[in-house]
Amino acid sequence: MDHLDKLESKSIHILREAYSEFKNICMLWSVGKDSTVMLWLARKAFFGHVPIPLVHIDTSYMIPEMIEHRDKLAKEWDLDMIYGQDEESLAAGETFPEGKLTHLECCGRLKTDALKNTLNGNWRRYRYNHNTDQYELDDNREAYTGVIVGARADEEGSRSKERYFSPRDRNNDWDIGDQPPEFWDQYKTDFAPGTHVRIHPLLDWTELDVWEYIQREKIPMVSLYFDQGTGKRYRSLGCAPCTEPVDSTAATVEEVVEELKTGKFSNIAERDGRAQDKEDGGGLEKLRKDGYM
Amino acid sequence: MDKKTGEQDLKLVIAGHVDHGKSTIIGRMLADTDSLPDGKLEQVKETCRRNSKPFEYAFLLDALKDEQAQGITIDSARVFFQTDFRQYIILDAPGHIEFLKNMVTGAAHAEAALLVIDAEEGVQENSRRHGYMLSMLGIKQIAVVVNKMDLVDYDQQTYDDIVEEYTDFLHEIDIEPMTFLPVSGFYGDNVADQSANMSWYEGQTVLELLDSFKNEALPHNKPFRMPVQDVYKFTKGGDDRRIIAGTAVSGELNVGDEVVFYPSGKKSRVKSIEGFNEDRQHKLKVGKATGFTLEEQIYITRGEVASRSDENDPEVSARIEANLFWLGKEPLTKDKVYQLKIGTARAKARLEQINRVIDASNLSQDEDKDKIERHDVADVVFKLDKAMAFDLAGAIEETSRFVIVDNYEIAGGGIISAALEDEQSWVREKVMRRNYKWEQSLISREERAEKYNQKSTLVLITGEEDVGKKPTAKALEKRLFNDGKVVYFLGIGNLLYGVDADIKNGEDNHKEEHLRRLAEVSHLMLDAGAILVVTAVELTQSNLELIKTTVNPQQIETVWLGENVTTDLEFDLHIPEFTSEEQVSAQIKGLLQDRGIIFRPW
Repeated sequence: MDHLDKLESKSIHILREAYSEFKNICMLWSVGKDSTVMLWLARKAFFGHVPIPLVHIDTSYMIPEMIEHRDKLAKEWDLDMIYGQDEESLAAGETFPEGKLTHLECCGRLKTDALKNTLNGNWRRYRYNHNTDQYELDDNREAYTGVIVGARADEEGSRSKERYFSPRDRNNDWDIGDQPPEFWDQYKTDFAPGTHVRIHPLLDWTELDVWEYIQREKIPMVSLYFDQGTGKRYRSLGCAPCTEPVDSTAATVEEVVEELKTGKFSNIAERDGRAQDKEDGGGLEKLRKDGYM
Repeated sequence: MDKKTGEQDLKLVIAGHVDHGKSTIIGRMLADTDSLPDGKLEQVKETCRRNSKPFEYAFLLDALKDEQAQGITIDSARVFFQTDFRQYIILDAPGHIEFLKNMVTGAAHAEAALLVIDAEEGVQENSRRHGYMLSMLGIKQIAVVVNKMDLVDYDQQTYDDIVEEYTDFLHEIDIEPMTFLPVSGFYGDNVADQSANMSWYEGQTVLELLDSFKNEALPHNKPFRMPVQDVYKFTKGGDDRRIIAGTAVSGELNVGDEVVFYPSGKKSRVKSIEGFNEDRQHKLKVGKATGFTLEEQIYITRGEVASRSDENDPEVSARIEANLFWLGKEPLTKDKVYQLKIGTARAKARLEQINRVIDASNLSQDEDKDKIERHDVADVVFKLDKAMAFDLAGAIEETSRFVIVDNYEIAGGGIISAALEDEQSWVREKVMRRNYKWEQSLISREERAEKYNQKSTLVLITGEEDVGKKPTAKALEKRLFNDGKVVYFLGIGNLLYGVDADIKNGEDNHKEEHLRRLAEVSHLMLDAGAILVVTAVELTQSNLELIKTTVNPQQIETVWLGENVTTDLEFDLHIPEFTSEEQVSAQIKGLLQDRGIIFRPW
């Protein structure tokens, strides 16, 4: 087995453990490359099926191609697709693009709060109806106790401390100093009522691994990752107002891989284009403690 | 820098006593090999300048605020780094005793370890403890870095003394270190470059050492083992495959091989190896997360271990002897029930016996302790509530390891050294043989359940004499029969003069054999798809365990009738008052509905 085979098998093993051990489980899908690879791994783990609902937090500021790509794959791959959002803040126009909040405050509401309340069922969920091609209000308000997330350890400091199965308490708090041990392919699958577990099948993957796997498996990616003739492409996706494309002429998966291996990005962090990482030294860790993925 | 791809990467753990310089060595390796992202070094230096503290290479790892405040590594952070030869994932294990569970987490994922010892402080408590843990976790490639040589003026005698002392310790716990290296992480001596300060040392640098570690080969030449993660039957899109899914941890399996599942002993033949978006395979290889289908529709669940009938069988027992390390906040004691997990199987476990407790920091032993404290290592015996399949430490490591869960958390890990006899061993042997020889019907268990609209179940009604067990059982049979269920009341007396005729009048107490036969008859009725109602006087937990050895425990519901509970039975439902057989049987029917055995009308 080569490097990618090993990563693949480990991730599939974790996905299957999660599926067997948690009754109410979901997978967060941002439509970005990492969580799309994770979704692909689920298709591999379950032999072409995806028996786990996919949850997307729609800030409403997503780059439009992302939503199109989401619904296209949801249909083609027969996905149980769910989305949630902070309807109140959006209705009141209380967002960063509207000039009423800072970057971090905006992420805190449209991502963190929306995620927390979508997962625990406090806020509305919308589920894709494959017969009508419409999203419909979902009756199921049960809290998810297992949440599968596509975080990678190499993304930034705080993620390097995650476990494959990381507990979060009632308030979504993550006690970094007191995490359960994890060894011999045994994970934290027992949890106290009211708490939930984040599951990270991609923890050992690097950005390059992800792209090489996309190349090997021919996984369909949203076109934003590739230069469409403007000399720019996105390296990391998020909300349109806060995510900048990078200068690059890489127009295919092969060219992206080549650029990461030898080109100008081989030593520049992936999240360089994301505003919220820069506002304060511990910004992301703070957001993560609050439940941000 | 050109990134390495397609080759094997290596996971490396750096362990050792607190403040002996683990993080400094990693920081130095990152800097000296140009492995840092652009701007990282500058960013950390800037943070130091703002906080008015001198820059240290260790800070490169301390990306988190929590950590910097305390100045010690609290968790095993992953760091990615590469040499010209290959890519490494470095797990920086904390050296503080409080965080031993984090050290274990880091170390367990590693293929090789660097153990760091401070030249000035010498061998300390956690130098030894970490050495011990590395050996228990099964890390075979261990090298020892004697750090901070600059603080002892690069003195060879100091180095030699540490090498001798620590080698003696490692030999006591059966570890043969690959090598020792004198290093200064602070100044970079013998990290990336040969040191000019220690001309007496002609061995490898740290980087040369890393590149000499070998990738751990998975045990492909041992008997095949695959703990079953689940059996998938996703019918969407007309998919009719029934796939046994799991990760092969040792050996190989081919299409056409006869597979036996343990602890049940059920067998069939491999029909196909399944995958998604990959070429059809005929051989299933070790390490791969995979799945296969069988020729026959045998009933298998998560937790069984798949093996090959032409290779050595795994052990099957409900009592094990093991070598264990304990990380829990609460001590491990005899009066508590724990969860024990091996592979994908789990059982309830009680600590039956403590043979000896070892202090891993100095190897002192104690044979009289009645509990196992945090950070202790011990030889123990566990009694399980059901049989599990496993291998012994010397045979196949992957299937000899278990963890203990206490209060929702993994609190300890162990390696099984012996499979011991238990009360049910004699029954289990018969059951495994029966399963192995079982003639398979063309109708699957699921098909029967669908046809009869019920899950076949053994309902055991027990309690003291004359509390209304039999009237209740008969009323329940009638009630379910009237609902259209396939149900049967089996009176014990009906067995006595037929099935049990040969042992009825023996002088020995044949109670256990009577029970075994009752359970075998139940097994047949359940296999036929029926709900079986049986009464018994004052059933004990041990009686139930015998029945559970013969009948699938998931297909048994127990009801205690009457106010006085006179045995240790862990029942599913207690009905203290016998009001009337009508009411009591309705209560039991409610239990069956709650459990999804029969359906509640809309």
